[in-house]
Amino acid sequence: VSQLPPGAAPAARPTRVQLLVTCLVDSLFPDVGFSVVSVLERLGIDVDVPAGQTCCGQPAFNAGSFDNARAMARHLIDVFGASDLPVVVPSGSCGDMVIHQAPALLADDPVYAERARRLAARTHEFTAFLVDVLGVRDVGAFAKDRVAYHAACHGLRGLGLDRQPRELLDAVTGIERCPLDEEETCCGFGGLFSVKMPEISGSLLSRKIASIERSGADTVVATDVSCLMHIAGGLKRRGSAIRARHLAELLDERRATSGE
Amino acid sequence: MASATFYTRVDDALKNKALGAAMDSATKRLVAGRQAGMAAFPEAETVRDHARAIRAHTIGQLGGYLRQFEAAVRARGGHVHWAQTAEQAVAIVADIARQHDVRRAVKSKSMVSEEIDLNAALARAGVDVLETDLGEFVVQIDKDHPSHIVAPIIHKSRHDVATSFRALGATDEDLVDVPQMTAFARRLLRAGFFKADMGISGGNFGVAETGSICICTNEGNGRLTTTVPRVHVALMGIERLVPTLSDLGVMLQLLGRSATGQKLTVYTNIITGPRRSGAHGASGGERAAAAVATDLSTDAASGAEADGPEHLHIVLVDNGRSGLLGGELAEILYCIRCGACLNVCPVYQQVGGHAYGSVYPGPVGAVLTPGLRGLSGWEELPQASSLCGACREVCPVRIDIPRMLLSLRAESTRLALTPAWVNSGLWLLGRLAERPRMFRAAQTLAARATRLVARNGWIRWLPGHLSAWTRERDFPAFASRTFMQRWERTRR
Repeated sequence: VSQLPPGAAPAARPTRVQLLVTCLVDSLFPDVGFSVVSVLERLGIDVDVPAGQTCCGQPAFNAGSFDNARAMARHLIDVFGASDLPVVVPSGSCGDMVIHQAPALLADDPVYAERARRLAARTHEFTAFLVDVLGVRDVGAFAKDRVAYHAACHGLRGLGLDRQPRELLDAVTGIERCPLDEEETCCGFGGLFSVKMPEISGSLLSRKIASIERSGADTVVATDVSCLMHIAGGLKRRGSAIRARHLAELLDERRATSGE
Repeated sequence: MASATFYTRVDDALKNKALGAAMDSATKRLVAGRQAGMAAFPEAETVRDHARAIRAHTIGQLGGYLRQFEAAVRARGGHVHWAQTAEQAVAIVADIARQHDVRRAVKSKSMVSEEIDLNAALARAGVDVLETDLGEFVVQIDKDHPSHIVAPIIHKSRHDVATSFRALGATDEDLVDVPQMTAFARRLLRAGFFKADMGISGGNFGVAETGSICICTNEGNGRLTTTVPRVHVALMGIERLVPTLSDLGVMLQLLGRSATGQKLTVYTNIITGPRRSGAHGASGGERAAAAVATDLSTDAASGAEADGPEHLHIVLVDNGRSGLLGGELAEILYCIRCGACLNVCPVYQQVGGHAYGSVYPGPVGAVLTPGLRGLSGWEELPQASSLCGACREVCPVRIDIPRMLLSLRAESTRLALTPAWVNSGLWLLGRLAERPRMFRAAQTLAARATRLVARNGWIRWLPGHLSAWTRERDFPAFASRTFMQRWERTRR
């Protein structure tokens, strides 16, 4: 299944996908993974979770450790290349890694270059899969939060996801949107940047948190748990009650009395 | 500045509240200006594609265009000098000054002159240099360095400048507001222009077909610098060329808009050769760029020029640039020095230009400086980025700066300039990632360890290098059961 232009009806709507759960969701935030599964299943999509999946290699790529990144990308291709099903990944960073960086890193690899391109072509970030592939905006979610949206950098600028997450969020019944004044400014995470340059990273985080606090939101939502882990860690440290949640978790919220 | 390490400079910058306030308001104003300028320019995206194609084409055939440019300059009575290194460049300018018996020079803004440290060299040669760009003038009297490639004193407040002017004899009345302060500086500078024997400028673009140089300023000092003194020396990096005047037109549509949001800078000078008589007689006064284009393309070398200096010397500076051609960093030579990537960069906004320690700061500097000077000694610059991609988004010629920061990081890894703990950590992650069973075991181990020290799922202190994380923020404990474990139990 290829990426479709906005608004186009999917020619062949997929009914089964493979979930690339991402190592951070797997290790730190498993509930996010179950929300992704639950939203997909509610839309009639069966979800496979290939057992051998680990890390896509983005942290190594980001740090310029290209040999390690290549090794991890090859493993990922082995695991997800066993099937021709589309791959859904709830992260812009990992999505960008699989869709853009792995094919570039492996371009000269006699075996993996072609496999990397084929995998890239059928890999979709979660919100892009819902909006662009399934043509869905309203997943029937209901929540009562005051929600600020943080546009995670790699989704926004790496994959060009600007309207997809916002459209899904706009369709959630019951929430109040609290726009951030610097919605598209980096939170300062940047992978190992956050420990190699902690002072700069920390000052970007302070700025992001100040912006979230100014918005009046009680929940900040994004499409990458890496940024959310960073923002949540900063909020915890400041004793803030504001919650940081993956968009999938919000989309998974239903009205308790909906009777489903 | 040079003696301090990158990390000390960053620390100092982050602690400096006045700097933070100045950077915050100035970068916000510039970013908003660019956004408004681009929003009012419906064909922006097409023009950016066109501009990128022009730059890529020119850099791809730079040798040919440089030869064409040199011949065109000479045909119009100008001189061309080639400087392979900074030392050669300053020696050439000092020689020109000696030949023309120059005592005083005025200078309009030129980043290349900063790169080669020209003022110090001319001072040693007995030439008095006066900076005439308002920002550079302040930098000069403060014995400071520019912290932005377009706005040299972006790090200073109006009150800082007032203090500097007071030392030059400004009265309370002179300092009452910005227009008065500007008028004070103008009076000082105006006298300097008429005493100068030589004017030194940069060059925003060189036009290969006509041998023209284009200088964009907002203060008019560029025009005085290049017309009043009897000798004009223009310094340009060898990559500044565009093939034709119509290509220049494409670039000019983007430069001002990307820098400040202006459709054009207030002054856009196209200088083609020194003053000279010709077959068509003098055509005094200023001509529109279109008229210049017609004149130059139909009847190049014989055209007369009533205005300008007696002598025009163009110094083309390599200083490491040709080493980038054909390599992974060649794309950085497409840069037209608008500064948009600095203004939008969250790291630059927080730490300012001086923290980078290089003449060219911000995202472009983090590629260009290690590119020109080598990674060793500059290895922190490509690491000082979260790779958010904002620079690539605003670049008028769509330079993929994050890609080049990554390739410099990869070179750091190869040259062992990356900390050993990072390399061994990533090596370990790589080996675990290839071995799912060991990966799962490591997750279990991490869960046990982190849950031991976590309170309510969050850790306030991590050991070793990871303590850098917990200085600024909490870290989440690993889940007691991973997604994969829970999935296997419930779904299989």
